[in-house]
Amino acid sequence: MKKLLKLYFYIFFLISFLPKVYAAEKVEYLTTDWSFKGLFGKFDRAALQRGYHVYTEVCSSCHSMKYLSYRNLAQEGGPEFTEAEAKAIAASFEVTDGPNSDGEMFTRPGKLSDKFVMPYDNVKAAQAANGGAYPPDMSVLVKARGGGVDYIYSLLQGYEDPPPGVTLDDGVYYNKYMYGNKIKMSNQLSDGLIEYSDGTKATVEQMSKDVTTFLMWAAEPHLESRHKMGFKAIVYLIILTILVYFSMKRIWSRIETKV
Amino acid sequence: MSDHEYTPKSNFGKWFNDRLPLLTLANHLTDYPTPKNLNYWWTFGGILTFCLVTQIVTGLVLAMHYIAHADMAFDSVEHIMRDVNYGWLIRYIHANGASMFFLAVYIHIFRSLFYGSYKAPREIIWIIGIIIYLLMMAAAFMGYVLPWGQMSFWGATVITNLFSAIPLVGEGIVTWLWGGYSVDNPTLTRFFTLHYLIPFLILGLVVLHIWALHVPGNNNPIGIDVKKPSKDTVPFHPYIVIKDAFALLMFMIVFAFFVFYTPNILGHADNYIEANPLVTPAHIVPEWYLLPFYAILRSVPDKLMGVIAMLSAIFILAALPWLDTSKIRSAVFRPLYRQFYWILVADVLILGYVGAMPAEGLYLLIARVATAYYFLHFLVILPILGFKERTLPVPLSITEPVLGGSSNLAAARDDSRLDKLK
Repeated sequence: MKKLLKLYFYIFFLISFLPKVYAAEKVEYLTTDWSFKGLFGKFDRAALQRGYHVYTEVCSSCHSMKYLSYRNLAQEGGPEFTEAEAKAIAASFEVTDGPNSDGEMFTRPGKLSDKFVMPYDNVKAAQAANGGAYPPDMSVLVKARGGGVDYIYSLLQGYEDPPPGVTLDDGVYYNKYMYGNKIKMSNQLSDGLIEYSDGTKATVEQMSKDVTTFLMWAAEPHLESRHKMGFKAIVYLIILTILVYFSMKRIWSRIETKV
Repeated sequence: MSDHEYTPKSNFGKWFNDRLPLLTLANHLTDYPTPKNLNYWWTFGGILTFCLVTQIVTGLVLAMHYIAHADMAFDSVEHIMRDVNYGWLIRYIHANGASMFFLAVYIHIFRSLFYGSYKAPREIIWIIGIIIYLLMMAAAFMGYVLPWGQMSFWGATVITNLFSAIPLVGEGIVTWLWGGYSVDNPTLTRFFTLHYLIPFLILGLVVLHIWALHVPGNNNPIGIDVKKPSKDTVPFHPYIVIKDAFALLMFMIVFAFFVFYTPNILGHADNYIEANPLVTPAHIVPEWYLLPFYAILRSVPDKLMGVIAMLSAIFILAALPWLDTSKIRSAVFRPLYRQFYWILVADVLILGYVGAMPAEGLYLLIARVATAYYFLHFLVILPILGFKERTLPVPLSITEPVLGGSSNLAAARDDSRLDKLK
């Protein structure tokens, strides 16, 4: 048994070492007390709703979220707006539909089943409007960046004046967390930029945290059920392992060999 | 097959078994005499079977929802993650399952290296195993291309471009592989087809691997031949079955931890960015389990020689039964080999590490030294070691050291005591 535990330890050591291999560039990111980390991690409902607020007011004028539908806003494990609220949110957007029986495209208010409305018609239009840079789709953005939530959270707060010697072209900004430090998105957040309906003070830090939480949910909409199921699965496996261990002991006790 | 004739009890059983001896096979598998001193390193064969079945089952379900088209593949994966019932679970099991599969196969291979399981009369088992390993790498590589993220696309570009190193026909072969002049939709659809095919080839080879194993029987930590059935063996069922089940459950706990709590840690973040032929990622790295070979590839300045070195690093393993000249199987009785074994383990881990780093400066130097050592181990050290090494005396039966826990190996060699065992 001792040997087995040793072996188990080795395997754990090996696999915990593996991910570090990937982290080629080490940057210290800002972090905060993310509620969705850990074995029982859950989203902070209020933060998700505030985060959605920041997204629609600030980000959504340039960044799309093409994999999300308005129905997701009312979904369990998400911001959990009521269905009426989600319907109202959807209806506040104009959606192009069609063609109708005359062969014409038409616009109508959004429905729950509609995908989030895109800010630009296509990538080229987005680039043309943003100095050649394409504002990335935000649906899986958190998972598409090395530092994950900490990276996004830091980036939003990482704007500062360029150090002496660094010259920036027109429409390029300095951000200490951006890869290469040059970013085409200007600083979007400032204290009091928006007014939260729940009375929370909209500081840059607060808005960064809320919108990053929202983006985490957007990238991993089933995170809560994953954590819940994971805990059950692992507890189940551990109990079964213990039972099988004692059965094994019992069976092997028939012969004079240790297992 | 077992020594004794097996006859089913029921009349129907007899009738059936005369026409198709399935019951004889089942009886052989349950009674199969297994050395009783197998340690937990021997449980990875069963674990690997579990991994293969898991990959096939989850893969089947994924294939029902996945769309192999350059414009839709990325979207269809997100559809699986969001809208398919438990799609996220199935995909995360499949993606992490590949890593778990390789983790288990590396332990399985290094167990073989330590205990000399590749030596006569088990060369065929070993060679089939190497072929399975090669197919696994091909399947994993093509599977990684299917989500059509940035790493998928650029990984596919880098790896398929290796064939262009072949003189004269290289460029033509690459165009043929791609089905066009760059990695594009035809490449994706054929990779999907092959990714679906290869696991079933592996399954067939696994049957041969186990069949070839059941002819001489298992090697064991002491590495001596075992009379079967005898006091040295136990029937596969229930002894080995329950032990394998226990080890498998331990393995599944690790597996579950990855799937449920850190499902993306073994993947690369860039693969959540949709493939874009116009933007090259800063570093193109393969998945962790291919890194040692990637390091060998990059450590050679010439492209063709690099490819040859990388392929040799794998194929050299097939020649291992003949490169290792020592008659003693288990490293337990080979004090020098044991040390070189651990140096090799460290060497491969170092290769894996530098494989993930940019190929420049100190990393490149380390990669070159480690590559040279890798070949030195197999081509020089192993053949010489067989002649030069002073091995420890080997016991004549498993029961001796196990029962007595005796260090008195001379006593174990005493023929009179052997007779008592019979």
